[in-house]
Amino acid sequence: MELNLPIYLDNNATTPMDPRVLEAMLPYFVEKFGNAASRNHSFGWVAEEAVDYAREQVAKLIGADAKEIIFTSGATEANNLALKGVFEMYASKGNHIITCTTEHKAVLDACKHIEKMGGQVTYLEVKSDGLIDLGELENAITDKTVLISIMYGNNEIGVIQPVREISAIARKHGVLFFTDGTQAVGKVPVDVIADGIDLMSFSGHKMYGPKGVGVLYVRRKNPRVKVTAQMDGGGHERGMRSGTLNVPGIVGLGKACELCMNEMESEGTRLSAMRDRLEAALMQVEEAYVNGNREHRLPHTTNISFKYVEGEGLMMGFNKNIALSSGSACTSASLEPSYVLKALGLGDDLAHSSLRFGLGRFTTDEQIDFTINAITTSVLKLREMSPLWEMYKEGVDIDAIEWAHH
Amino acid sequence: MSRIYFDNAATTSLDPEVLTVMMPFLTEKFGNPSSVYSYGRETKLAIENARKSVAKILNANPGEIFFTSGGTESTNTAVNAAIRDLGCKHIITSSIEHHATLHTVEYLAHSGQAKLSYVNLTPNGHVDMNNLEELLAGSPDRTVVTLMHANNEIGNLLDIKAVGELCRKYDAIFHSDTVQTVGHYPFDLKNTYIHFLNGAGHKFHGPKGVGILYVNENIQIKPYINGGSQERNMRAGTENLYGIVGFAKALEMATATYEKDSAHINGLKTYMGTRLQELFPGVLFNGDTNGRSLYTVLNVSFPRTEKSDLLLFSLDMAGICVSGGSACTSGASSVSHVIKALHNGKSDSLVPIRFSFCKHNTKEEVDAVIEKLKELI
Ligand SMILES: Cc1ncc(COP(=O)(O)O)c(C=O)c1O
Ligand SMILES: Cc1ncc(COP(=O)(O)O)c(C=O)c1O
Repeated sequence: MELNLPIYLDNNATTPMDPRVLEAMLPYFVEKFGNAASRNHSFGWVAEEAVDYAREQVAKLIGADAKEIIFTSGATEANNLALKGVFEMYASKGNHIITCTTEHKAVLDACKHIEKMGGQVTYLEVKSDGLIDLGELENAITDKTVLISIMYGNNEIGVIQPVREISAIARKHGVLFFTDGTQAVGKVPVDVIADGIDLMSFSGHKMYGPKGVGVLYVRRKNPRVKVTAQMDGGGHERGMRSGTLNVPGIVGLGKACELCMNEMESEGTRLSAMRDRLEAALMQVEEAYVNGNREHRLPHTTNISFKYVEGEGLMMGFNKNIALSSGSACTSASLEPSYVLKALGLGDDLAHSSLRFGLGRFTTDEQIDFTINAITTSVLKLREMSPLWEMYKEGVDIDAIEWAHH
Repeated sequence: MSRIYFDNAATTSLDPEVLTVMMPFLTEKFGNPSSVYSYGRETKLAIENARKSVAKILNANPGEIFFTSGGTESTNTAVNAAIRDLGCKHIITSSIEHHATLHTVEYLAHSGQAKLSYVNLTPNGHVDMNNLEELLAGSPDRTVVTLMHANNEIGNLLDIKAVGELCRKYDAIFHSDTVQTVGHYPFDLKNTYIHFLNGAGHKFHGPKGVGILYVNENIQIKPYINGGSQERNMRAGTENLYGIVGFAKALEMATATYEKDSAHINGLKTYMGTRLQELFPGVLFNGDTNGRSLYTVLNVSFPRTEKSDLLLFSLDMAGICVSGGSACTSGASSVSHVIKALHNGKSDSLVPIRFSFCKHNTKEEVDAVIEKLKELI
């Protein structure tokens, strides 16, 4: 079979839309264009019905009630709403939030903003496998703590945090638990009841749905959670998020959730088998290391460092043929080493030499074969030209030399 | 039954040509614009081209255009930034602004972040410019003025240049909610004293879920949504790629046929107004209908009777889509805050109906609606 190049292996940055999703959306652009808030005519009702149906589809995927789904413009907005909204709403209870250093920028930057507004934020370190220490989490809770914000699955290394244990700790101390579910929802089973989640964000374009639309789940029972709106206006989304609803986007997100739900089990098996094969083959290369916990991990992600080669140089080697990321796509335009990898304790060199593989619904075995071959060849070639690699092979302790230089 | 859609101020149908331009970005050109490889570069380029096109049409610099999720977000961003980042401690607005503005300023006032003043309105709903100047002159603190360009319910147009000049005189920050005019009205931002304005794609046959915020290059604000370097660090979140591309295309199309479309629509509005006046002696025109008024909106009140009470419902039964207030106010079915402000106290005896037109509407449709109204009233 002829391979179409470039191969897309960056599904953690964004996913192509599933054609079935687009098909569901199409009628809502031109013909069924109504404003879902128009109460006086059928164009409005048709749009509203479509939104209600999508709300059900979304709720079902995460075991929520449709009334608990707030549509936003994406996970970034949802993260901002969760963090700032809880911070404002529960100001009389306290001003302390606990998060961790490997969160997505959308959480970290919103927390920075909250600190400027007088909030206190604890940034938990992670262990070398990327998971937080539950004892540290519990110790960080004070009587001023209002929220624990720990992501479900990490976008760079794919590790899945012990969500149920975290929520149990949060419950025990009467603290709300928010999780950024952007990378996990639709990929692994997420159930807001069983997992004890109070608030959760996710985004259409990470699950084969459209860009520009996302969700904040806000629990309504046991406990009833409230957030202060960050966008005031017509009172849409039960007052928590105003603005004319992006009807086609929402319809697409609903469909994307339905598809993820129906296909999660088979896709999870297929992707983890393919990922494991890729990983095993690349680990045949000398001095290659998988970053993060391999047991508690999203099925489609692996992050591998190839010591003694530059990730950027490596990317150049196969850039034209394989689209993937050497850091998080949101920051990959910068040459800073990934803060997530550094949080695991990797030095700049090892962080720079890492690649993130994000497999997806449209990834094939042939593409994986091609990738194994291309990456292996590139690494070997770059190392052939690398003086560091030569020294390493001669038995020089390079880490020690580098230290001396710093 | 073919329906008549006279609710274009609530939202418009996406133009099929706009959809055609969006399609590649809904399918094979899906890359995250922040990614460095080809998938990302091609989508980044598309966004920057859209920005340039929008800027050119508004006679602004590309660096002054930021894409957002819609008009509401843009208003929230602008008004909050004026308080948080630009040192304003006083807000001047009017009681007939869109709720995106009113609820934002109320919140800021309520939480003690700013003092709030409502400018007086003339009987037909225009801003009283003398009073505006008095408020500006009397303010010891730096002020942000937020006044909408065209009112979404009654169509009244603000003299945006005159308000801008007053703001210049008193060193005030000026935001105008231009959601009803971007795509319907020519702008010349390099020659207008204004700091912020906003637009929403779905009001001019573009997509929902995308808008713009214009931020004048002489001011520096911080992002309202934190968490990523998109939009030059000003608006975090993966870009609504196809939406942005569609926004620009829709604006280009609206601009290309502005003369023709506005004349056509204005003709419909005038014709309908005339017919209503001839046939229904009790009809009231809300706002400055035949004066400084946006050509897309015609808002009238019928005297409340048993029959007219059900007017909205009956029109819908007849396949005629209009609005009582504005669709932007979800859930509220009573008389809107705008109509109430215009007819202080007497609005209960009136049944207000907003007809809002677009280029697809025809004189025949107006005739059909008039015929139906004759039956219903
Ligand atoms: C004048 C005005 N401002 C703001 C908005 C809000 O725009 P959006 O609903 O697209 O956020 C609307 C319409 O909804 C409007 O008519
Ligand atoms: C874990 C995580 N959270 C939040 C986001 C932000 O999502 P969006 O860009 O769709 O707002 C992303 C991706 O960019 C992500 O990977």
